[in-house]
Amino acid sequence: MLKDITIGQHYPTGSVIHKLDPRTKILITFALIVGLFIINRFVGYIFVIAFIAAAITISKIPFKYMIKGLKPLYVLIMITFLINVFMTSGEILLSIGPVNVTREGVYQAVFMAMRLILLVIGTSLLTLTTSPIMLTDGIEHLLNPFKKIGLPAHELAMMMTIALRFIPTLLEETDKIMKAQIARGADFESGNIINRAKSLVPLLVPLFISAFRRADELAMAMEARCYRGGEHRTRMKALKMEKRDFISSGITMVFIGILFYTRAM
Amino acid sequence: MKPMIEVEQVVFLYKNNEEEITALNNVNIQVKKGEFVVIIGHNGSGKSTLAKHINALLLPTEGRVKVKGMDTKDEEHIWSIRQTAGMVFQNPDNQIVATIVEEDVAFGPENLGVEPKEIRNRVGEALRIVDMVEYSEKAPHLLSGGQKQRIAIAGVIAMRPDCIIFDEPTAMLDPSGRREVINTIKKLNREEKITIVHITHFMEEAVEADRVIVMEDGKIVLEGTPREVFSQVEQLKGLGLDVPQVTDLAHELLKDGVELPKDILTVDEMVMELCRLK
Amino acid sequence: MSIKIENLTYIYNPKSPFETKALDDVSLEIKDGEFIGLIGHTGSGKSTLTQHLNGLIKPTSGKIVVNNFTITDASVKLVEVRKKVGLVFQYPEHQLFEETVYKDIAFGPINLGLQEAEVQARIKEAMDLVKLPYETLKDRSPFELSGGQRRRVAIAGVLAMKPEVLVLDEPTAGLDPRARDEILEQIKYLHEKYKNTIILVSHSMEDIAKLVDRIIVMHRGKVALTGEPGEIFKQSDVLESIGLGIPQITHLINKLKDLGIHLREDIFTVEEAKEEILKWIRGKGNA
Repeated sequence: MLKDITIGQHYPTGSVIHKLDPRTKILITFALIVGLFIINRFVGYIFVIAFIAAAITISKIPFKYMIKGLKPLYVLIMITFLINVFMTSGEILLSIGPVNVTREGVYQAVFMAMRLILLVIGTSLLTLTTSPIMLTDGIEHLLNPFKKIGLPAHELAMMMTIALRFIPTLLEETDKIMKAQIARGADFESGNIINRAKSLVPLLVPLFISAFRRADELAMAMEARCYRGGEHRTRMKALKMEKRDFISSGITMVFIGILFYTRAM
Repeated sequence: MKPMIEVEQVVFLYKNNEEEITALNNVNIQVKKGEFVVIIGHNGSGKSTLAKHINALLLPTEGRVKVKGMDTKDEEHIWSIRQTAGMVFQNPDNQIVATIVEEDVAFGPENLGVEPKEIRNRVGEALRIVDMVEYSEKAPHLLSGGQKQRIAIAGVIAMRPDCIIFDEPTAMLDPSGRREVINTIKKLNREEKITIVHITHFMEEAVEADRVIVMEDGKIVLEGTPREVFSQVEQLKGLGLDVPQVTDLAHELLKDGVELPKDILTVDEMVMELCRLK
Repeated sequence: MSIKIENLTYIYNPKSPFETKALDDVSLEIKDGEFIGLIGHTGSGKSTLTQHLNGLIKPTSGKIVVNNFTITDASVKLVEVRKKVGLVFQYPEHQLFEETVYKDIAFGPINLGLQEAEVQARIKEAMDLVKLPYETLKDRSPFELSGGQRRRVAIAGVLAMKPEVLVLDEPTAGLDPRARDEILEQIKYLHEKYKNTIILVSHSMEDIAKLVDRIIVMHRGKVALTGEPGEIFKQSDVLESIGLGIPQITHLINKLKDLGIHLREDIFTVEEAKEEILKWIRGKGNA
């Protein structure tokens, strides 16, 4: 189940998109999200689909893999679809008991579902083509201007890096503790909600203790390696904007312009 | 020549539930440049507390610790002390910061503000020394314990330290991981001329040291070459520490009147001595 | 409690690029009351095997029979399996979670559905077995204890379930020599007292050799060697080829043999070596 989630995973292929500066990719993704929300008719989607399809092709990430990433969100998409189908008033097409399906509802439902699907594919493209470290680096740089108003940009980025580093370690640990408690007769699967919540105590307490111990030891190890916050720090992989970054940003701007045009059509 | 590390009459006290505990009780140690020192003792003997003093992670309650002449109490030296005396810890998982091996090795030099190009060089060199070049772009959590420890060592080497303190780096490893780490430590001492302070409770890791220091209850109880220390079989056993099997055997045979030197350390020496009996 | 393992195979991530055979057609028999040492390096399949014994993992194929009771059957209730086979994981002190030592050890017995009086009796007995003073420690928080004590609390937590087969996965990992010797001593005592079947998983040949009746060496998911410690150490070339260390004494005997000095080859302790060498020296004096 956990393995099915592709959001947040990195899929290295070495394509041009992978090589783009993370800042460019974050900004393009942001523009794409804005674009999705300014669309007010289906024509706009044709351009978005074309844009995303082109990006996927260039990124060399298998199309199937992208679709697989939607699987865990299947329920969410269905719920969005159904709410829109039934909750929108207008010209009635079909009546099932007290609820009505309207023409406007169907239109709205398809519209919203498409927005959601494209949103997920668009953003997962960002994480699939960017290593977590590059991503946090990009975020740190983009947030740098806000340091003046007291935003701890470096610290936030460092927290993200450490979180990413320890996710697999803690997942492994969860599995180990769970097995050990099952061996002592713990039951995580049956019973009502309250019993199930209670049964998590033998799992969560050791997990928290271990996480705090790790945090403590890591802090000491970081200090021993001369870590003292973002000041005076250099980076081995310095971010650098190149020609390809300006070209792709230009393309995106044209694309957003087209979306605005479809709105006004 | 000035000693690399000077520990002078260090006392360290800490409070645990209102109770004052003496973790180090008047400890004196000098470590020469290029020396390979092993500190043994069991848990709670104060050996890890001592290690953390050399890196200025802890400051002595009384006495002083100097690294290359710099006093750890002097705040302006703290970063150059940590750069001079690097440290490798016990749990391989809890000292790796980044999600990619080479980025982790770069962490130390990055903190020191080294130029990006120079960091690249140092990372490459450090990974070569620990023999992990082909793993430079791997995720650390997929490596074995021994490999993770070698990455942690590379991370310290990339800071170009004169001395490395190893705080029980093999305690959580299996025998093959332990061997990998020990061989790396020996190589650092021999080829890179790095001063080593290695803390462990595995006796066999002390056999090839220049000097062995045995700690108990925050004090130094034995000190000398491995030969001198291990020949004190009774005292070591009394402290609950191991002795190499052949040393133990030589000691036992000696008690029964067999004429053997009492400082036999290796299987080969034992074989030679037994053949001489002919 | 006898254990019979027949053609046990286990594959991780089947039908994927990460497919790995952790156990490959393993067949074994362990007699009632036998003390087994299970050796192999990381990835040899020994941990996968021990988890099968407790029903934590279901085999890809093959079966395990504990006292005429096939625990690998789909219909078997796992609670029943866990009453029979107790499993102490590596670094078991990392699973402690209760406020007091008493409550933590009680977790297993309560899960078995035992009555309060019986639970208390078992906690007392389990703490006795691992040499933890009941009265002084029962109300203490396990997190205030020393590393060695915490480990013993965790082991007591499994002992209190009174399993007929006890599996210990590297119970001495990370401990210093004194704490290690204490734990091994207690395991030995436990075996002598209850004559239950014990499987001790370890990396350390020296530790295992002194305690067990029989050693099973695993390598790449298969049983590479099995036999009494003496027999196993005779095959030091096999052990070394699969990357397992041999005790220094065995090493010494082998070297002497190369030089034409023949001593008994099935010894591995300092005491035995002393006797053998004394015998050899005396024999030489007479000659």
